Amino acid sequence: MTEEKITIQNKSGLHARPAALLVKEAGNYTSNIQLVKEDKQADAKSLLGVMSLSVRKGDEIAIRAEGEDEDQAAQQLRDLIESGLGE
Amino acid sequence: MATEPLNGVGAAPGLAIGRAVWWRKETPQVETKTISDAEAEVDRFEETVNQAKEQITRLRETTRERIGEEEAGIFDAHLSFLEDPAYIDEIKNRIRDQKKNAESVCQSVTEEMSQMLSSLPDEYMQARADDIGDVGNRLLLLLSGRQPLDPSLLEAGSVVVAEELAPSDTAQFPPGIAGMVTARGSQTAHAAIMARTLGIPAVLGLGSSIDNVSDGDTVIIDGDEGTIVLNPDADTEEKARREMERQQQLREKALEKAEQDAVTADGERIQVFANIGGLKDIETALANGAEGVGLFRTEFLYLENDHWPTEEEQFDAYRKALEAFGDKPVVIRTLDIGGDKDLPYAELPEEENPFLGHRAIRFCLSNPEIFKTQLRALLRAGVYGDLWMMFPMVENVSEIQEAKSLLDECRQELDQEGIPTADSIKVGIMVEVPAAAIGADLLAGEVDFMSIGTNDLTQYTLAADRGNEQVSHLYDAAHPAVLRLVRQTCEAARKRGIIAGMCGELAGDPEMAEVLIGLGLHELSMSAGAIPVVKEQVRRTQTEEARHLADRVLELDSPQKVRQTAQKG
Repeated sequence: MTEEKITIQNKSGLHARPAALLVKEAGNYTSNIQLVKEDKQADAKSLLGVMSLSVRKGDEIAIRAEGEDEDQAAQQLRDLIESGLGE
Repeated sequence: MATEPLNGVGAAPGLAIGRAVWWRKETPQVETKTISDAEAEVDRFEETVNQAKEQITRLRETTRERIGEEEAGIFDAHLSFLEDPAYIDEIKNRIRDQKKNAESVCQSVTEEMSQMLSSLPDEYMQARADDIGDVGNRLLLLLSGRQPLDPSLLEAGSVVVAEELAPSDTAQFPPGIAGMVTARGSQTAHAAIMARTLGIPAVLGLGSSIDNVSDGDTVIIDGDEGTIVLNPDADTEEKARREMERQQQLREKALEKAEQDAVTADGERIQVFANIGGLKDIETALANGAEGVGLFRTEFLYLENDHWPTEEEQFDAYRKALEAFGDKPVVIRTLDIGGDKDLPYAELPEEENPFLGHRAIRFCLSNPEIFKTQLRALLRAGVYGDLWMMFPMVENVSEIQEAKSLLDECRQELDQEGIPTADSIKVGIMVEVPAAAIGADLLAGEVDFMSIGTNDLTQYTLAADRGNEQVSHLYDAAHPAVLRLVRQTCEAARKRGIIAGMCGELAGDPEMAEVLIGLGLHELSMSAGAIPVVKEQVRRTQTEEARHLADRVLELDSPQKVRQTAQKG
């Protein structure tokens, strides 16, 4: 399993378009990918799941990927979040 | 049988008569059952999901064809839910774990998701709560072997009656619907916008009085007055039909003469222009006899893109519009955007009060790179027609000077690069902030023309947001205070020898045309559909009488009295 920790920087957090972008990217990998915020966890390939975490600017989350392409998945998702998710 | 009218909100103008058809959303009754073969139940659920996907994909397609891509986009959210593991897999897992029937599991998961979404601190997400409710409803109906509402029940000439209409409802309506009537909804409701786009009358917000309407009732809808009459007596129905015919004939007669200039009975030429919001509006504008464009809103270039539109992209669009209108003037307004608009590629910070905030010319002047891209595109496109450039939301002289110096800078740069630009471009401003109207004499010296934007001028002068149901009754551009600002602006323009026009919704109201001419306007710009009728009204007007009428209405104390007096002429 690969885990990456990251602090969310874009202004509206993981809502609306940023969440959709993230889910779309996650869908490109075969690994099981989970987002973890505090004690909550959600499937990164599910828009509803990601939105239910209610991640806001400044929150720290972990990306946990498990599977064949786990390294690449965690790395790419981290880069995407760092780039501001299109915001 | 009495034929007392019922009162609602007139959301789309016009008169219609039709037979009532209730558009009722069924809420399926769900029983919880224990099942023995969970896998068979999961299969049944999967089949239903596929069926729902097919239906929604079809709906998306018909909506795109009939209304447009933007409206069709609402169904993408529906489809994404049907592919979302947190929703679909959750239902399947629970069917397996709890050994319960698909209906009961689907209902509880939908409810949880909908509650989760509506609790999120984000309006966009809250709106998705309705969408998932819609999707869940469709799944439950299909699971119980029933079909969601069948739009084919709505024959041409039907009046659709509903508690409330969602985008996914109106999208299904076949062409030829006579009108819409709802219990809830305001002028800004989705159904209102849709009705106006389709050109059918609508009365919304009838409240509980809508319960008096039964399937098959004859309904008269008066979208101007905001009333409906149920099962009218023969006399009332006959009158309404005659009025509809009269309006129809007026429209046809006006359309025949739409190509001709609008000249008052005593020979004064009034230019009647079209407002356009994109290249798709050009054809309709020309077909309705537009003598030019009085307001070309450029926001579509920015809103329909995923990046700041490039100089080339803008140049192409402006050039196409200018070429389409040949030697007729085209007034292009520079970017009017602020914190109320969500540009996915821009950092527009949320503002407490975007309409009093960092928008329009203010935004452009503090983002000169973005502004200069547009100015360069305009200067280049100006070669291909009669371009007039207009800055929005100006309130003081230095804004105009700053904008003009950026324009000069762009012209010099283009000259140095050897790129041709138009020699003479007229530069003007929107008068839409009260300060600009009151100080119009101060601003007039800096520009070639001024155009009064009545929508914002009215909202700023009366401090009333017409999208807010609580105060929208205060919003009326015919308010004497607004009209006084119009006269003041026209006076300032006349003294300076520059042109004063109007491009707000008031300009397209045929019953106000005489007053507007009397106030001193020489150019009126409106949505294309209003042009033929306003031109006819201009032809009936005597300018001397119009001036007296304008003098009289400025002394009245309410917009209602202004409109009554204007109607009598």
